[in-house]
Amino acid sequence: METAVSHELVRMVIAAVLVIAFVFLNAMIMGYLERKISAHIQRRPGLMEVGPHGILQLLIDGLKLIGKQLIVPKDADKPLFRLAPLLSFTPVVLPLIVIPFGPKLQVRDLDIGLVFILAVSSLNVMAILIAGWSSNNKYSLFGAMRSVAQNISYEIPMLLSLLAVVMITNTFSMQGIIAAQNKIWFFIVQPVAFLIYLTASFAETNRAPFDLPEAESELTAGYHTEYSGMGFSLFMLAEYANMFVVCSIATVLFLGGWRGIPLPLGDYGPAIWFFLKVYGLMLFMIWVRWTYPRTRFDQLMNFCWKYMIPFALVNLLVTAVVVKLI
Amino acid sequence: MNLYQYIAEALFFAFILLTFSGGLLAVRSRILMHAVLGLAVSLLGVAGLYYFLGSPFLAMMQILIYVGAVCIMIVFGIMVGYTPTEVVSRGIKGKNLVLALGACISTFLLLLVALNRATWIPAAVHRGDFSLAYLGKSLLYQYCLAFELISVVLLTAIIGAIILAQDKEGGHF
Repeated sequence: METAVSHELVRMVIAAVLVIAFVFLNAMIMGYLERKISAHIQRRPGLMEVGPHGILQLLIDGLKLIGKQLIVPKDADKPLFRLAPLLSFTPVVLPLIVIPFGPKLQVRDLDIGLVFILAVSSLNVMAILIAGWSSNNKYSLFGAMRSVAQNISYEIPMLLSLLAVVMITNTFSMQGIIAAQNKIWFFIVQPVAFLIYLTASFAETNRAPFDLPEAESELTAGYHTEYSGMGFSLFMLAEYANMFVVCSIATVLFLGGWRGIPLPLGDYGPAIWFFLKVYGLMLFMIWVRWTYPRTRFDQLMNFCWKYMIPFALVNLLVTAVVVKLI
Repeated sequence: MNLYQYIAEALFFAFILLTFSGGLLAVRSRILMHAVLGLAVSLLGVAGLYYFLGSPFLAMMQILIYVGAVCIMIVFGIMVGYTPTEVVSRGIKGKNLVLALGACISTFLLLLVALNRATWIPAAVHRGDFSLAYLGKSLLYQYCLAFELISVVLLTAIIGAIILAQDKEGGHF
């Protein structure tokens, strides 16, 4: 009994360390890719100085950010100002617990895995709000308010599109949803839900063309204008981790999760397929960001309430009827 | 008791502490924003207690709806109107203090009596059934009344929002 207990504890500690290490690694890879891809889209070489093709740049950037002074504005709400970056970091790390990287490579397969992810990641908005409000800065406040309005609106079509898939699988467990896709991946069965989810996920991660909370040309940097050093980089880490979470939900629910052509690598084969799909989606998000201009705020809201929510509702209704009839 | 039970006990008391301290912050804070965040912390604690009562689904819903949506809407409302340094209320004095204390103590005693008289049924054992069919049935058959009452609360909130948003003079939007 005693050994079983310690085994489970050791497993949890290892999982926590791996998850946090992965968040940092993911941010480094994505930061590099984003800067490099954006540079190439804009026909410039991008990072070239540190290491071959600037590959070590993000490592140096990380060291620089750790070394920087944390500046708290004079009239800021100090405890909340310091708390906000940590708060933004937590809700994007927790979902990694239930994401299935492979048939066995998962920290925990909860019965309500999908609900867990959605519940926990809804706290992200809270962090953005606190950051924007406690900075006592107009730009931060505007950024935070835009972010909340956008996140709350786009959460509705997002949840409705996910619900359509859950209706088919009849389970919230991530492995269960993957198991239900043994014949056909759900982006073929649910193309409308997939499109709605993808669009909403751009808004949920505050990325272009829906990056109004941090629109540089009007709000300097939005809610994290006043943050420096590690405070700022925690927000960046959270943004990239959030992208990863959103893309892995898309992969699990619509693209068959770790399913793919079997590779002769044992347990690592499915994990490779999973990462290929997730990073494919993330590259797609970067591609979109640097291709399309930013929308106006009224366009953003109209698009959500007048098109996406009705479409998501109709899709849900049709799915319900079809599920009932079959 | 093995190590697990100690951890579980510690977590249980941590959640109680979270609920109480959050509630205290919500009531006593002089800055509105802190009060709402206190409310959020308190609701998080309640979500943890739901988990201990064997209902992880309810815990998740508590976080999703109350912390993730309701609190954020309140914060949103506050952000439109106040700046971080603004202090709103001044605390309770004199006659009001006595009245408040009296109300609190009498409610506490009333609850204590009720708690002592009640026979406690152990929380339902976690069944591991989270299919949509089961959830839908329990929400619309077994717990239909509670479910509908919550909808009434939401309806009241919507009507209140409309009244607040109404143009004071013209009477229309």
